[in-house]
Amino acid sequence: MAAALINVPAKAKRGDIIEIKTLMSHIMETGYRHLASGEVVPRDIITSFSCRFDGAEIFRADLYPAIAANPFITFFTTATESGKFEFAWIGDNGFSETASASITVE
Amino acid sequence: MKLAGIIAFALVLIAGAVLATEIPRSERRSGYSFMAPDTKAMQDDDTANPGMLWVLDGEALWKRKAGSADKACADCHNDARASMKGIAAHYPAFDKALGRPVDLEQRINLCRVKHQQAAPLAYESRDLLALSAFVAQQSRGVAIENSDPQLEPFVAKGRALFMRRQGQLNLGCSNCHDDNWERRLAGSAVTQAHPTGYPLYRLEWQSLGSLQRRLGACMSGVRAQAYDFGAPELVELELYLMSRAKGMPMEAPAIRP
Repeated sequence: MAAALINVPAKAKRGDIIEIKTLMSHIMETGYRHLASGEVVPRDIITSFSCRFDGAEIFRADLYPAIAANPFITFFTTATESGKFEFAWIGDNGFSETASASITVE
Repeated sequence: MKLAGIIAFALVLIAGAVLATEIPRSERRSGYSFMAPDTKAMQDDDTANPGMLWVLDGEALWKRKAGSADKACADCHNDARASMKGIAAHYPAFDKALGRPVDLEQRINLCRVKHQQAAPLAYESRDLLALSAFVAQQSRGVAIENSDPQLEPFVAKGRALFMRRQGQLNLGCSNCHDDNWERRLAGSAVTQAHPTGYPLYRLEWQSLGSLQRRLGACMSGVRAQAYDFGAPELVELELYLMSRAKGMPMEAPAIRP
């Protein structure tokens, strides 16, 4: 299971500053915890998040073990033209998820 | 006259001492009202509420066939948006076959075993939380209701457990949640124990969890031995808490700190 919740306004006026919100399902296991038996619980985190708009990268973040489970990342951008946002999360153990959302700019 | 006045005052004190334990209806508040604005905003926005991740999973599970009967929940119950509306607001509910109340998680598992002929899901497993979150979400805004007279003796048992002092700290639930709900404990709001939003996402857990998980955490908090998941005592306590919250709107999946 892995699911993303994306909140991008469906419509905006040219020049508007819009907020983009993303929520990704992930346990974000730090790698610092131990089981009762003493074994280390291996690290399992998202390490990178990026957002592209019509192919061009507009936002990127590196994630570290101190970030809570189910990372919620929001940022602002200026609506310039209609197009498609593509989101990508990459992490440990081959974790790789994508999502997309379109916006109409008038 | 004077003596009568003193007796009347003494009676008020006695009655007050007996009734002091329960919160008057007009003063009842959801745990939501104790939260910081940022946490409230998280619950209010479905794209910021991580509980919705479980709801999405639950919706997928609802339609997935399981067990040797090869049936999905949706094969009998159809669209949950119609068939499950208001259901969670009535739980725990009396089960005739068992002769006792069962909570929503137990109902889901009874259905799995009996109708889907599948293995029951483990308490607090991702799948059981997802299904209960999906079902509970259909009751958002619906007033909590539990007026089935068959439940009364079980509500009374749950109430007795709520009032009973236990654990090394020798505290009953009531000592905090009736008598000191407006205070803070180690910086956190004590709150009134109205389970309006379960299963809910606790930031401390970094996960969704059931009301039974929450009750177990409170019991370890007073250094008592917590009951096992599914224990009848926990269901009775859940039932009593839902009876306290009767008439309050459901918020599942809620966020709590």
